[in-house]
Amino acid sequence: MIWELDMAILTLVLFCAVGAITVKDLLGAAILFGAYSFMMCLLWAIMGAVDVAFTEASVGAGVSTVFFVAAVFRTTRRTKD
Amino acid sequence: MSGIVATIIAKYNYWIYICLMMIGLYAMITKRNLIKKIVGMNIFQTAIILFYVSIGAKRGGTIPIIEHAHGGQSHAVEAVHYINPLPHVLMLTAIVVAVATLGVALALAIRIYNRYRTLEEDEILSRIRGS
Repeated sequence: MIWELDMAILTLVLFCAVGAITVKDLLGAAILFGAYSFMMCLLWAIMGAVDVAFTEASVGAGVSTVFFVAAVFRTTRRTKD
Repeated sequence: MSGIVATIIAKYNYWIYICLMMIGLYAMITKRNLIKKIVGMNIFQTAIILFYVSIGAKRGGTIPIIEHAHGGQSHAVEAVHYINPLPHVLMLTAIVVAVATLGVALALAIRIYNRYRTLEEDEILSRIRGS
């Protein structure tokens, strides 16, 4: 575990999480959540959990983002908060 | 004083995990949009997965795959050199459960939107009371 890389990606994860819940556009929130999931995947690859990392890359960053984009496409992008 | 600072710095993964968990809880409680609530729920779940994977990580450890497993030479395996794989296996199940709950929650949100034409919680409540 390289702690400088770990620390840098942890701060990116925090920024992506805060951005995903504060942005005033649901499609932007979906894409930022995908970036958050991919940063988490990198974090687990750094920590040596490679099986969790590739499951998260395919399921978390891939399928979840597709689900969110499909749901936003079926409903609306407008949000008040 | 330096002991406390050293402890905080040494366990920084856990502090970030607590911050992420509180971000997810805040989004689930205070956001009025249903999709934002679902994003908060997912952030909460991945924070818990981060906690468990951080438990299993070791400084200087390698990934838990034994080399020459089927070779001729036999050698002793020292568990100190390998990262603990048990939390990883548990968290694989948690990731699959997370994407299943995400699918159900988004399907319910789409049904709610088709009925009330909005995703905002307060507007849905006022329409339920109004009609």
